[in-house]
Amino acid sequence: MGERRSAGRAQRPRANGKVKMASTATATAPAKAAATDLPLLEMFSVMLLARRLDERAWVLHRQGKIAFHISGMGHEATQVGIAYAMRRGEDWLVPYYRDLALMLALGLTPLEFMLGVYGKRGEPSSGARQMPSHFGLRRANVVSTSAPVATQIPHAAGIGLAIKLKGDERVVVTTIGEGSTSQGEWYEGLNWAAVHKLPVVCVVENNVYAISEPQDRQMAVPNVADRAAAFGMPGVVVDGNDVLAVQRVMQQAVDRARRGEGPTLVEAKTYRPVPHSSDDDDRSYRSREEVEQWKKRDPLLLFRATLQSMGVLSEAAEQAAEAKAAAKVEEAVHGADAAPYPDPAVEGLGPVYVEEIHHA
Amino acid sequence: MATRVMMPQLGESVVEGTVTKWLRAEGEGIREFEPLVEINTDKVDTEVPSPASGTVLKVYVSEGQTVRAGTLLAMIGQPGEVVIDPAPEATSAVQAAVEPSQAHTGRVPAQTTDATPVRDLGFISPVVAKLAAEHKLDLAQVRGTGAGGRITKKDVLAHLERPRASAAPDVPAWERPGEGDLFRPTELQFGQAMAIEVARGPEARPLVPGMLVPHTPMRRQIAEHMLRSVRTAAHVTTVMEADMSAVVAHRHANKDLFEREGISLTFTAYFVAASAAALRAHPLVNSTWGEEGVQLQRPVHIGLAVSLGEEGLIVPVLRDAEQKSLRRLAAEVSDLARRARARQLTPEEVRGGTFTITNHGVGGSLFATPIISQPQSAILGVGAIQKRAVVVGDAIAIRPMVYLSLTFDHRLLDGASADAFLATIVATLEKGAF
Amino acid sequence: MPEMTMVEAIRLAMDEELARDERVFIVGEDVGRRGGVFRATQGLFAKYGEKRVIDSPLAELSIVGVGIGAALYGLRPICEIQFADFIHPAFNQIVSEAAKMCYRSGGEWTVPLVIRAPYGGGIGGGLYHSQSLEAFFAHVPGLKVVIPSTPQDARGLLKSAVRDPNPVLFFEPKKGYRLIRGPVTEDEGLVPIGPAHVTREGSDLSLFAYGMMHHYALQAAEIVSGEGIRAEVVDLRTLYPPDRATIVASVRKTGKALIVHEDNLTGGYGAEIAAILADEAFTDLDAPVRRLCGPDIPAVPFSHPLQDWFMPNPNKIAQAMRELAAY
Repeated sequence: MGERRSAGRAQRPRANGKVKMASTATATAPAKAAATDLPLLEMFSVMLLARRLDERAWVLHRQGKIAFHISGMGHEATQVGIAYAMRRGEDWLVPYYRDLALMLALGLTPLEFMLGVYGKRGEPSSGARQMPSHFGLRRANVVSTSAPVATQIPHAAGIGLAIKLKGDERVVVTTIGEGSTSQGEWYEGLNWAAVHKLPVVCVVENNVYAISEPQDRQMAVPNVADRAAAFGMPGVVVDGNDVLAVQRVMQQAVDRARRGEGPTLVEAKTYRPVPHSSDDDDRSYRSREEVEQWKKRDPLLLFRATLQSMGVLSEAAEQAAEAKAAAKVEEAVHGADAAPYPDPAVEGLGPVYVEEIHHA
Repeated sequence: MATRVMMPQLGESVVEGTVTKWLRAEGEGIREFEPLVEINTDKVDTEVPSPASGTVLKVYVSEGQTVRAGTLLAMIGQPGEVVIDPAPEATSAVQAAVEPSQAHTGRVPAQTTDATPVRDLGFISPVVAKLAAEHKLDLAQVRGTGAGGRITKKDVLAHLERPRASAAPDVPAWERPGEGDLFRPTELQFGQAMAIEVARGPEARPLVPGMLVPHTPMRRQIAEHMLRSVRTAAHVTTVMEADMSAVVAHRHANKDLFEREGISLTFTAYFVAASAAALRAHPLVNSTWGEEGVQLQRPVHIGLAVSLGEEGLIVPVLRDAEQKSLRRLAAEVSDLARRARARQLTPEEVRGGTFTITNHGVGGSLFATPIISQPQSAILGVGAIQKRAVVVGDAIAIRPMVYLSLTFDHRLLDGASADAFLATIVATLEKGAF
Repeated sequence: MPEMTMVEAIRLAMDEELARDERVFIVGEDVGRRGGVFRATQGLFAKYGEKRVIDSPLAELSIVGVGIGAALYGLRPICEIQFADFIHPAFNQIVSEAAKMCYRSGGEWTVPLVIRAPYGGGIGGGLYHSQSLEAFFAHVPGLKVVIPSTPQDARGLLKSAVRDPNPVLFFEPKKGYRLIRGPVTEDEGLVPIGPAHVTREGSDLSLFAYGMMHHYALQAAEIVSGEGIRAEVVDLRTLYPPDRATIVASVRKTGKALIVHEDNLTGGYGAEIAAILADEAFTDLDAPVRRLCGPDIPAVPFSHPLQDWFMPNPNKIAQAMRELAAY
């Protein structure tokens, strides 16, 4: 079992932010995954592609080619786990800005990501009006996101309400960082979902830090999921670095929502191994030892070990996956590099109102 | 009968001027249009041309004196002719002008022609000022019923609707401000023709096929002037081509420098500079045809045609162009063009041109045969600057090229002299030494 | 042609839209069985059921935020904020989310949402039940801000707002809910969002107002007409985007402008009208542009003399008109 029903018994995070995983003892047991009919290699490839794209964005920033990057590194297992529990193309997602792997799994192309990173025309989230990684993808039912945190949670509740009112068999998943759960919008949104038993799954990607502030500056409970009791919904803690564990927990939550039994709060415990953004210096608030410690639990390393032990990932298959990811990254970077910038007279001026939308 | 020379009104808010220099002394002869006196106001420095040919019979205002607009400055007539005494109000105006100018307080003092005391009109609201300008209204004649006797919009409208006396109050033409647009007969400076009351122009309306677009005063003047020019002058056009590489390079090197001083360096400034140099070298082009002879003009005042869209065009005059640096020319070119489009030119700023440049290339035209602005003798047409393949030495090169057309009056200029003039412009541009 | 009050016209508009389009639903505090504290939704819960008329938790930001989510999914929510004074918690959702959604997604995501909020003083509501907040929102591209003043306009504009694919803030002059009665046509009665309405023609000065103040402006115009002052009255109706053409055309005609609103003066909506006139009608002005507004204090105080002192009224407007006419 990679998950645990929250009951307030988990170890408290220490003030320095070192968190012992509440469920590490069982999180990586590989054998459990053997029976799955999940496309394991595909999931691995998405995680790998997300990582390589993310790494390249950092490089581009340090080369001065792009203005900003906000990373999803270390969150790949949580996000791919979420995606493979959803009915992709059917269920809705209200994401937040670290969800690169989740977006790739739902159909965002590497070029589209890079267009956003470069601020180039044709970027599908916002036409490069927003900063990079403020995702949105209409064709995949992924709602546009903004920068004020937690505003998306009431939207998810509203989408859940609309699904329920229309009688659709859909689920809306929304993601958020643990720091943002301090916002009133998070409470109000989840309260709505609970009161009206809406088909909403809220996943908190708990990566220990909200920029520099560790979890104990955000809340007095050891687990975000403990607060689910206050809403009257189930709260589940899962090892966010174990993609199969996340997928399993998410599948239960999504299925429950689809059956009309109401929302679930899922807390995926993970870690942000890189600074908050390309402009952040994390050495001021955490030790290198702590970061190194977590890197040993890198979700990609864990999943590779799992797949190898299952006999699913051969060395040749891994090399092929790496080569494929590298090629996709190169193609995306070159495509974005060559793409035109938006035109103030076109993308700048509008559309501010629907009347101004001109579909090609 | 002797002709009066009055202190002109040189702008909407300019109420007085200082005589800086008499260019002719009492007893000296002068021809019509020749500069007679230099005056200075807080807005412009200018020369007042003589309204008639004859002898300076009497000078009433000496150098250094400041007088109100409408004050009698001098009389021009035949030797021995008896001159009148200065009108009493002229004297009082001189005295009043010794006081600190009221113009700085934002209150506009009235100048009336009869002996009625000067009335303080109080605050003139924007709409009242506009109506007064549109209807060439002397606000001193309007009864104010607003707060403190202020003239309100209603007062102006009531005044305009009052029954017209057949003999309109005898307001001398020189006290009526001009309209500010060019291609008005130069004679309009001198009285009679300005007594015409021009009806208010129609409001801007969308053009719909089938509708009658009534003539605006500007349109009538343009039409009249163009026809008169075509009837008067013997128009011939000659065309040359100039390689603009040197100008483009010079502009590229200096544009930002100028920009930092708030000056927009346009190509027009270069054409003005080159024309001014050529006019100095070929004085016959800077001239006016007269029955007795060709009158060479002393100053080089270059008119610049500025389009006002469908409304028409206006030609502000850049004065003494031959004495000005490229920097100064560039600054004045953009200032004049901007204020022309904003309808902010003073009447004086559209008068007295001795040569005209029309930059028809802005609309993509390559070359044209423009009509001379009377009584000038030539007009330069500037086409669009285009990169073209040209033969340089024995090679084909891509160069920014422009067609320059000179339309000249064949009565006083022949092909050879016109071509020499145009060739000087081309050479100046190609040398690029500004 | 039936006569009805403002609140009846607003209720009728929602009733008609609920019947016309099954995507439309109402959400807000006490809108269900209680029928709203002003009874704007009275009877609708019984008629359309709990799925169409939804009682929300007592939390304004999520009334709007949940509305946004439902709108993103394709529904047409009408969100009721019980008093405009309580809209501030939802400011982030309105300004950061609803208003920016279309632009920030390049038109991929849009928010067809109506937020109804009773506003305005003169009802003894004190600081937190009297505020006029239109100026905050009439500054935000992406929003439309509407304030009706008559039952016919209230019905027609609210129906247009529900059908509008953009977020619309619909501020209702609550003092006039039962005070204002008027005819409502029996046809569809749609009134387009955008155009202002010249409700009285005149030549001496232009009076710009909206909501309750529009009625006071008409009354004041009537008072001074006996003194020979012919005032033109313009009911702005849509504050954002402003109807520049009608505003400017009126002052081109009259040369003088007085703007009346009960929101306080500084940075109020009148400042934008004044700026439009300075910009586009400068040479038509025969007097300074004047504003008659609430004083620059935090909000409408409770005690009657204080409230009366705060609020513009027909006599105050008439006096301001006399001064402007005499300028």
